[in-house]
Amino acid sequence: MIHTMECAADAQSLISISLMKIHNSRTQRGGIKLHKNLLVSYVLRNARQVYVKEKYAEIYRMQQYEEVMTVCNEIQELNPLDLDAEDAGDEEQARAACCGEEASLCGSACHRGAAQPAAHARTASALFGCSPLEDGGKEPDPSYYRSCCMEAAPVPHCDQFPANGSTHCNITTVLDLDTHVVTTVENGYLHQDCCCCDALQCGQGAQSPAKKRKVEFGFCTSDGEEVSDLTSARKRAKREDCSYFHLDYTDTSNISNLISIFGSGFTGLLSRQADLEQICSKQVLASLGAWTRAIVAF
Amino acid sequence: MAGAGGGTSDVQWCFSQVKGAIDDDVAEADIISTVEFNHSGELLATGDKGGRVVIFQQEPESKNQPQCRGEYNVYSTFQSHEPEFDYLKSLEIEEKINKIRWLPQKNAAQFLLSTNDKTIKLWKISERDKRPEGYNLKEEDGRYRDLNTVTTLRVPVFRPMDLMVGSPSGGVAPPPILVNSISSHARWADLSASDLRINLWNLEITDRSFNIVDIKPANMEELTEVITAVEFHPNQCNTFVYSSSKGTIRLCDMRASALCDKHAKQFEEPEDPNNRSFFSEIISSISDVKFSHSGRYMMTRDYLSVKIWDLNMESRPVETYQVHEYLRSKLCSLYENDCIFDKFECCWNGNDSVVMTGSYNNFFRMFDRGYRQDVTLEASRENSKPRSVLKPRKVSTGGKRKKDEISVDSLDFNKKILHTAWHPLDNIIAVATTNNLYIFQEKPN
Repeated sequence: MIHTMECAADAQSLISISLMKIHNSRTQRGGIKLHKNLLVSYVLRNARQVYVKEKYAEIYRMQQYEEVMTVCNEIQELNPLDLDAEDAGDEEQARAACCGEEASLCGSACHRGAAQPAAHARTASALFGCSPLEDGGKEPDPSYYRSCCMEAAPVPHCDQFPANGSTHCNITTVLDLDTHVVTTVENGYLHQDCCCCDALQCGQGAQSPAKKRKVEFGFCTSDGEEVSDLTSARKRAKREDCSYFHLDYTDTSNISNLISIFGSGFTGLLSRQADLEQICSKQVLASLGAWTRAIVAF
Repeated sequence: MAGAGGGTSDVQWCFSQVKGAIDDDVAEADIISTVEFNHSGELLATGDKGGRVVIFQQEPESKNQPQCRGEYNVYSTFQSHEPEFDYLKSLEIEEKINKIRWLPQKNAAQFLLSTNDKTIKLWKISERDKRPEGYNLKEEDGRYRDLNTVTTLRVPVFRPMDLMVGSPSGGVAPPPILVNSISSHARWADLSASDLRINLWNLEITDRSFNIVDIKPANMEELTEVITAVEFHPNQCNTFVYSSSKGTIRLCDMRASALCDKHAKQFEEPEDPNNRSFFSEIISSISDVKFSHSGRYMMTRDYLSVKIWDLNMESRPVETYQVHEYLRSKLCSLYENDCIFDKFECCWNGNDSVVMTGSYNNFFRMFDRGYRQDVTLEASRENSKPRSVLKPRKVSTGGKRKKDEISVDSLDFNKKILHTAWHPLDNIIAVATTNNLYIFQEKPN
């Protein structure tokens, strides 16, 4: 069990650093050193294990959240009068609270205490064991509010979203095991990273007007943006800062792709597109030899 | 007396000499890669990244200062290895000297083995005082003269000879492996280790060797460990040990079978689960293994510690010494700057009571096994006044830094001492910084 001090954020940067080392070793004088690359592959394996574990934890939390929200909405539907009686402020607060709650679920530990649940969201928070808001709680952070209250149309592209400069909300990548889609939550706003799956609905089509309080999901086609191949990912890795907070969402998606590539062995380096469709638990838990295969390939 | 006491409590170390360039700009070729005393301690050999070997000889003790042991002065310098290119693999083969081993001396000549990644070479260093010159009937090269050209007669005289360094057989045939460790026992036997194999050489048969250990898996994807060091037992010529990147040491007996894949003993300490981190595998990789002179113990060096093993107990080491435990929380940055891959060596003193190893910031550490004491010393030009006593250094790990202590963040990780050697009989040590060789002696009373 890796020391709890290390978290998924360090794992991601370690993965990039390790891949860079392997790449650089090809041009070192004296040739590739087997011993050093073997040790680097162990670090890669350890970092991948932590990274995958965190991802599963994220998915589990998201799934639990969705279940809770479904329950909450059902509870609300039982009392439609309450819905009309709420004033706009409450509605906005509730919406923001959802985002706050959801943001807290996104893995930013700093927000677990900062979530501002209200009304039905309080139920959600109670389920999650978060501290409930006192009556007349303070205003939610404007960033949550802004990001959550985006209109459904026009659907902005994720790359047009202004970086609001908030350091509160982290970027979290979520792997949907059913649709094989990797999504990123940034500042409480969800993006779709991979356009490999056509069924990218992610709840959008399923949204009904009654579920206004649910967080609006942004839709990012990212069709103009090429999903990186290994080479450009390496280049990006080279440019990367070691600090996790400097990673933008494209890097986390690249790392997800790289994880999938290595998870499926050397053939993944040749047919990356096929691998993107194979992001699933089976691949993620592929044999540890996959790392060595990739190393040997170098 | 040889290593008398040897305890860190009563030995004070003085600066004696420093060899090498002074300027801070270090040429890559000058980086010292190995240091080794011969069996009498009279000769000290260093190898560098440029493929050169420099041999220092100790001057006889002067009558004026009988307690001050003689200085080491350059005895011979030669180019041992040259860079090569493997055209088949498109690989450049570094000329860096990985290891030097002296052979036990049998006659007046000295023999040493030097190896780079590919080739082990045997060198003979012989010295003849005088040589007759001026033959009438023979040329200098030994050919007989044409009698008609002889017009005068002269008496041949003896002249002093230069040192001869040569390879009796023109060098050992390159083994098809990368050599990272060699160990010599008798005049006839030599072990060489690559990442996956250990070969036994007969020094008189240079075109082939015997493979005695092979850990290469059938499927390279299943590779989990490599060989990192090998050493003959000092007294039992049939026994040797090899260490691995997984932190295990295997002892093999060549009498048991021709192929020593099955070890006679395996020494391994279970990992402490509380210390598990991303880098557990790296820091448990053994970088050096050395038998004690007695042959009863062996010492291993991994990234953070030195362990002493009793050959009769395989389950755990009998002693563990932390070299620089304060680096455990810095492993991530040490991984980024590649320092975590540094291969530190270790050595015993003459009577096996003290062990020594290097660290960063040009610090080196000594651990007294008897008194359970340790000391940190520094090899630096600032402390290089003749016969100045070395002051113990301390690294502060807590929040408050005392005077004269140095904080962990101030350590210079480019200044590393990887190679150290201890005179087999006296308290004289050779410590190699990046490109300088420091010689320290015990303070005379």
